[in-house]
Amino acid sequence: MTSVGFDVEAVRKDFPILSREIHGVPLIYLDSANSAQKPQVVIDSEADLYANHYANVARAVHTLGSEVTHAYEGARDKVAAFLNAPSRDEVIFTRNITEALNLLAYSLSNASTFPGAQRFRLGPGDEIVVTEMEHHSNIVPWQQLAQRTGATFRWIPIDDEGRLVESAIDEVITERTKVVSFVYQSNALGTINPVRRIAERARAVGALSIVDAAQAAPHLPLDVQDIGADFVAFTGHKLYGPSGVGVLWGRYELLADLPPFLGGGEMIETVAMSGSTFTAPPHRFEAGTPMIAQAVALGTAVDYVTALGMDEIREHEKALTAYALDGLQAIDGLRIIGPSTSLDRGATISFTLPGIHPHDVAQLLDEQGIAVRAGHHCARPVCLRYGIPATTRASFGVYTTSDEIDALVSGVKHVQEIFA
Amino acid sequence: MSADSLYQQIILDHYKNPHHRGLPDDFDAEVHHVNPTCGDEVTVRVKLTGGAIVDLGWDGEGCSISQASTSVMSELVVGKAVDDAMALQDKFLSLMQSRGNATLSEADEDELDDAVAFEGVSKYPARIKCALLGWMAMKSAVAEAGWGAGTNSAGETA
Repeated sequence: MTSVGFDVEAVRKDFPILSREIHGVPLIYLDSANSAQKPQVVIDSEADLYANHYANVARAVHTLGSEVTHAYEGARDKVAAFLNAPSRDEVIFTRNITEALNLLAYSLSNASTFPGAQRFRLGPGDEIVVTEMEHHSNIVPWQQLAQRTGATFRWIPIDDEGRLVESAIDEVITERTKVVSFVYQSNALGTINPVRRIAERARAVGALSIVDAAQAAPHLPLDVQDIGADFVAFTGHKLYGPSGVGVLWGRYELLADLPPFLGGGEMIETVAMSGSTFTAPPHRFEAGTPMIAQAVALGTAVDYVTALGMDEIREHEKALTAYALDGLQAIDGLRIIGPSTSLDRGATISFTLPGIHPHDVAQLLDEQGIAVRAGHHCARPVCLRYGIPATTRASFGVYTTSDEIDALVSGVKHVQEIFA
Repeated sequence: MSADSLYQQIILDHYKNPHHRGLPDDFDAEVHHVNPTCGDEVTVRVKLTGGAIVDLGWDGEGCSISQASTSVMSELVVGKAVDDAMALQDKFLSLMQSRGNATLSEADEDELDDAVAFEGVSKYPARIKCALLGWMAMKSAVAEAGWGAGTNSAGETA
């Protein structure tokens, strides 16, 4: 079941919460796509910073100020290496991926009046493209940008299997397209999209390409140079890091010309009452005191998954996904929403059961100690596409075992018995 | 099913065999309420005569908690004086807001009848709105039918 070289039992010992009991039975945490649990090293990292090195970054000349700045900027180096970014100055810390995507959307609308940012201006006749499987965080900011600029909001549709309609990629992304923002791995369907293909198409028509890698970063090797997009964003809390910190990577030459989003301390070059100038990336996009301890602990999380090996994690989860798809699909009436095989899909499986609402499924699984998510997963258009109000979603991580999947399958059968 | 399960047999029974489901043709007011978290929906029609709810019917879809609770509500309020129905609605609302620490007197239990089965829901903030959906809709429908002019529909489910 488990791939060679991946010792899931050893991994589980790194996560203190996995020894908890829920309703008197051991916790089975199958909600990592929502937020992943934290290994002790990440918890210790944040605590150690506060206990021994804390001060504000980049401002103080004292020893603690130097130590904390070193730790914060060291986390940037770790993230840059994790993404195979050509330069550390291309890594911007944000609050989460929602803020990263909004940062881009607002920087693009600020280009309307920002000197030297003509290349980023959008207006009537221009088009912004997303896909039908996006998380709300990659839909709403672009709808809002379209509203502010008069540009048109368009999307690439999905098919019955939960994949992008291949032929639509070239039809929807055209010479009129200025921005293409798309998800690497769907949080609702588990689908892994052909990101290189889409980024290439965007480049060919002269559009900016933005990849939402929130669900990809924890599960597969993320190489921004290989993907070929202009921007890639992810969030720390799904990557076994703390909540409250995310990352936006962007090509330096683009970041260098992009107007800032938030104004304030640390993002300036000079400030006078008559006007201000702004500093270079990445700090231009990090106004105010950042999430210092969280960024440092995210660096530790990156070290943690890197030590496990992203390729090994991918193999471990691929095996689990195939196993879970088999087990779940053997359940009478269960319908997988998303790809039904493990080809080009990640460790996130959504499903429905006839006559049983997903919130009832999730609540009854919780009574058996099994944590799953139920709802539209902040991707409501996906539910509308399949004519369902919601799904139950089980998602796996580095600590998930095949025994836990067995428990999920028998748990779902138990739910069916209760509603029979 | 364990005794402390949220899903008491009464709830499952009402979900599988809902009471007063169906929209009557003769009615004074109709309201439609939704619960955005679960996507639960309910439409309630009421008929008032002489200060009493003489008929109430509903249609809806959603989780078992919302549908069963609406069924229980309809069973309890049909035939009741509006004032008594409102008092009962208030009692159920308090039960839902009790965070699992309700102290119900025997008289309360008698009055709430099958609705007591929802006591466990009060421990789960995400599900309270499910249990209240039908009750809030009933309150709005009664207000819309003209009962207690000046009473607003404070029962809007958000």
